[in-house]
Amino acid sequence: MKRRNFVKKTILSSMATVIGADIVFGALMPEGYQPLALQDPDPYKMFNKDKGMEVLNDKPWNIEAKAHLLDDKITPNKYMFIRNNGLIPSNIDSTNWTLTIDGESVKHQKKYSLAELKSKFPQYTYQLTLECGGNGRSEFDPPAKGNQWTVGAVSCAQWTGVRLRDVLEDAGIKNDAVYIGYHAADMHLSKDPNKEPISRGVPMAKALQEETLLAFKMNGEDIPLVHGYPLRLVAGGWPASVSGKWVNRISIRNKVHDGTKMTGTAYRLPCEPVAPGENVKDEDMCIIESMPVKSLITYPKSGAMIDRGQQLKIRGHAWAGELEVAIMEYSIDFGATWKACPIEKPVNPLAWQHFSAEIDFQKKGYYEVWARATDIQGVSQPMVLPGWNPKGYLNNACHRIAVKVK
Amino acid sequence: MDKEAQFRQQVKTIYRFLVVVFTIAGIIAVAGIYLITDPTLSAFKKQETDAAYAIVTEDDEDRIENGIHVRTGLIDAEGLMTVVNNCTNCHSAKLVTQNRMNEERWIATIRWMQETQNLWDLGDNEHIIINYLVTNYPSNKKGRREILTHIEWYDLQEE
Repeated sequence: MKRRNFVKKTILSSMATVIGADIVFGALMPEGYQPLALQDPDPYKMFNKDKGMEVLNDKPWNIEAKAHLLDDKITPNKYMFIRNNGLIPSNIDSTNWTLTIDGESVKHQKKYSLAELKSKFPQYTYQLTLECGGNGRSEFDPPAKGNQWTVGAVSCAQWTGVRLRDVLEDAGIKNDAVYIGYHAADMHLSKDPNKEPISRGVPMAKALQEETLLAFKMNGEDIPLVHGYPLRLVAGGWPASVSGKWVNRISIRNKVHDGTKMTGTAYRLPCEPVAPGENVKDEDMCIIESMPVKSLITYPKSGAMIDRGQQLKIRGHAWAGELEVAIMEYSIDFGATWKACPIEKPVNPLAWQHFSAEIDFQKKGYYEVWARATDIQGVSQPMVLPGWNPKGYLNNACHRIAVKVK
Repeated sequence: MDKEAQFRQQVKTIYRFLVVVFTIAGIIAVAGIYLITDPTLSAFKKQETDAAYAIVTEDDEDRIENGIHVRTGLIDAEGLMTVVNNCTNCHSAKLVTQNRMNEERWIATIRWMQETQNLWDLGDNEHIIINYLVTNYPSNKKGRREILTHIEWYDLQEE
């Protein structure tokens, strides 16, 4: 079928050269035959995303949510941001999918089928916060290169799978193990088969954490293709790039993993703070580990108008990477005064927490509601941008919404 | 003199005849080759089994509307097609249009792509591309925190 189409196209185009005109039918081709890149597909349909999501990039696909779309306590697929570094793998055969555990520090290199993983190891379900390291990048000045995420590159879905720890221990971990690094089935944008689009990892302590999963389900169903079907590493609270999609190999390393986007400036911050715009040498950049404390007002949507005397109910989520959020506050006077509001405990470690408040306004006019979370170590979100860094990571400045009282 | 004119006339007639013969032969040959590969003429029939068709219109591929190159979203300005041809093969033009950088950082970005992402040597096109990027996608001052913009006001109904 494919070959015939190719011949068909070749013949048609050579005919076109002969007659000196385009053949109309040459443009009629069955959908699904063409590589995706040549089409103008509807990403919302293709990935089952809500129309309110914002496409930042279509090669590779990068799509973000908006604050008000993230109101659910458990993020459904339709509101989950997409961050891809390469091309989504095609023709995934989950029945023949295997996961290899190898590396300098594995005792016995082992290969598991998906069915073996599911039957051999106990399964766990956790709600895990995944936030892109570059979430909020669009605000940095001078601007940082990359996808200009605003606030919507964060999600907290329910992930089901086996503990990475159980699988690594089954293969055996040597005493000199330092790091794990994942390898996956996605393809580099240049289509160079020798390049990996991304191959990141975590130190052993994070790899062995109870909540670090090799997941095959998201929100109780097979993981959607774009989010890593059939197998995804999920390490909540760290830059989501650590949670490798379409994972088929995990290497136990005797050194810090040196895969694609582990080195150079990728997912790294200056080890020592720098002035905005300053050049930083690669060797002065340090790997980002836990994500910082942050919160989002998910209700109401920014731009709400209420009548004077009407109480404004707000709610949202707060998270703190590896830590827990201890205090939640809001301000309606640009931080001059703050009021504390209740913050729920997380359903499990590394899950985001929910807050809500009722606000009374004394005067008519324009207001902004600012939200500020503080973690259990007493570290709060800044009101202005945090330290500038060359790649624009970790903007956890307070989120705010506009409100008018009539 | 008269004979020469007659001879020229004959040559012209033969020439025209040959052109017609070769054109017909050419068309028959192409049709023949086509029939060998696709005897059922399937390319000219709608394939009923495929529900949807993507219609590719190639003639207005580089249409400009309101100063924007429609296919890529890039600003129509000097160097546009050089940018389209060199910068949208591997990644989306959206990666260009959503970024704002000064000359130094655009150059650094190109070097990074050359060092790590298989971007080719741009040769003489490099200054055209950089000039286009710096002119149309320059760095803009945002400060430590911008005011809220593009607010869509709406009446909030109580839940």
